[in-house]
Amino acid sequence: MRFLAVLPFLGILVGTPFVNRVEPLILGLPLILAWLLLWILLTSAIMAVIYLTDPANRREGTDA
Amino acid sequence: MKAALAIIAATVLIALALGLRARRGKDMNLEQWTVGGRGFGGFLVFLLMAGEIYTTFTFLGGSGYAYGRGGPALYILAYGCLAFVMSYWLLPPIWRYARDHSLISQPDFFVSKYDSHALGVLVSVVGIVALIPYMVLQLKGLGIIVATASYGAISSAAAIWIGAAVVTAYVMVSGVRGSAWTAALKDGAILAVVVFLGIYLPIHYYGGFGAMFAAIDQAKPGFLALPARGESIAWFDSTVVLTALGFYMWPHTFGSLYTARHEGVFRQNAIILPLYQLILLFVFFVGFAAILRVPGLKGPEIDLALFRVSIQTFDPWVIGLIGAAGVLTALVPGSMILMAAATLLANNIYRVMHRAADDDHIARTARLLVPLVALVAVWFTLQGGETIVALLLMGYAFVTQLFPALLMSLARHNPVTRTGAFAGICVGVATVAAITLTHSTLATLFPTWPDAVKDINVGIVALVLNVVALSVVSGIDHALSGRTSPAKRSPS
Repeated sequence: MRFLAVLPFLGILVGTPFVNRVEPLILGLPLILAWLLLWILLTSAIMAVIYLTDPANRREGTDA
Repeated sequence: MKAALAIIAATVLIALALGLRARRGKDMNLEQWTVGGRGFGGFLVFLLMAGEIYTTFTFLGGSGYAYGRGGPALYILAYGCLAFVMSYWLLPPIWRYARDHSLISQPDFFVSKYDSHALGVLVSVVGIVALIPYMVLQLKGLGIIVATASYGAISSAAAIWIGAAVVTAYVMVSGVRGSAWTAALKDGAILAVVVFLGIYLPIHYYGGFGAMFAAIDQAKPGFLALPARGESIAWFDSTVVLTALGFYMWPHTFGSLYTARHEGVFRQNAIILPLYQLILLFVFFVGFAAILRVPGLKGPEIDLALFRVSIQTFDPWVIGLIGAAGVLTALVPGSMILMAAATLLANNIYRVMHRAADDDHIARTARLLVPLVALVAVWFTLQGGETIVALLLMGYAFVTQLFPALLMSLARHNPVTRTGAFAGICVGVATVAAITLTHSTLATLFPTWPDAVKDINVGIVALVLNVVALSVVSGIDHALSGRTSPAKRSPS
C-alpha cells in the first residue's frame, strides 16, 4: 500500500501544470484551487489507508 | 479603538497566565523546559506541529499573498500536504533515535549521527540564521496587528517592541508547556476568526464564492492561476518541493517532535494534518475578497490586506477579536522560535566551548539568551522591507540545506561522511546567502536561459549544489580511507 504515497506528489507537482487555469469554476472555485483542494482530501484518505494497512500500527496502542 | 486594544491586552494576559499555570508543579530542568519531558500525547504534539501551519505567516502573510499575488499563494496549500506524507516515514525513526540518545535539540541529532561537535555548531548556526527571518515575520505581524487595532495610536515600531517584550516574558516563564497550551487557545481562536471572515466577506461583498471569483477573474484575467513567467509553474513546483523538504528541518519543529510520548503519534498526525490545512482555504478567501475592496496595497503593504478589509467592514470590537487571534498566532510560534534559538546557542554552541557546564548551567544560560535573541530580531524587523512570505521563503532556503545530510543519516549504512555532510551544508548555505545578499535570481544571473529554468526557486539550486558537494566529498573521503563508512553508524 505504501506506493499510494507517490500519488499526492504526482497530483500536486505533475498534475497542477495541466489545471493551471481559473475557468471553469468548480463549485465556485477556480480550477487550480479546486484541484489542490481535491488533493488535500485525497492525501488524507491515502494516508488513512496506509495507516490502517501498516503492520507497525498494530503493535502499539493508539494514543489518547 | 479602546475596545479593540482592551480585548488584545486581555488576550495577552490570559496567554501569560496559561504559561505560568503550565509551569506549576513541574521542575523545569533543561529537558522539561525544552521537550516537555518527552511526555506529550497525540493532541499536544499535534497542536505544536499544526501550530507551525497557523502562524502570522498564514494569517497575515497567506491572506496578503493571495491579495497581492493571486494564484502563486496556493503553493502554501500544496507543500504542507507533501510534507505530511513524508512525515509518516521520516519522523518515527528520528523520534526513536532522539529518545534512545536523550537528545534535546536538532543539532544534537547531527552531532550524534556524525559523531562531530563541529557539525553540531554548523547546524546550530544554520538554524539560528534561518530562525531570524521567521522571528522577524512574527514581530512584523505583531506590529501590524497592534498598530492597526489601535487605529494608529500606537506606532508600528512601538508595537514591535511591545510584542517582543511579551514574547520574551512568555518564553522565560513557561517553556514548551506554555506553548502547547496556548497553542490550543490560539488554534481555536484562529479557526473561528478565519472561517468567519472567509465565509462572511465573500458573501457580504460579492454574494457568494463563485460570484467573487468570477468578478476577480473579470477584473484581473488569470490572476487566480499561476502566471506564465515569474511565479510560474516552475516556481510553484520548485518552491513546493523546497518547502516540503524543509518543513521539519526548522529547529523548533524538529525540537517539538521530541516532545511526543510515542512514535505512533506521528503516523496518526499524517492523516489529520492535511485536513487541518483546509483552514488555509478561508485565509485565501479573505485575501481574495480584499482584492477588489481595498485595492492599491503594494510591496510589503500587501500583508495589511486582511486588516484593511476588516476595518472597512466591522466595528472596533470585532477588530479587537481578530487582533487578539492574530496576536496569539504570533505569540505561540514566536515563543517556540525564541526558545529554539536560545537553546541552540546555549546547548550546541556555548556548551561546546564550555565542556564543564552542567545541564542547570545550560538551562540558565538558555533562558538568559532569550532576550538577546529577541533584541536581534527586533533590530532586523525595524529595518523592514520584505513581505512576510518572502521572509519565510528565505528561511526555508537556508533550513532545507540540512535535509540531505539528515535523510542520509537515517540509512542503515550511511554513505555520507562527516566531511561530506559539512561540505554539503556549507555549499548550500553559502549559495543561499550569496543569492540573498546580492538579490539575484536565476533570471538575473542567466538572462538568456529559458523561462521555465529561470523561474526555479534558487533554494532548489542551492540544494542541488549541496547534494553534489556532499556526494563528491564523501566519495573522496571513502577513496582516501578505503573504508565504507567513517561516519558513526545508526544503531537501529
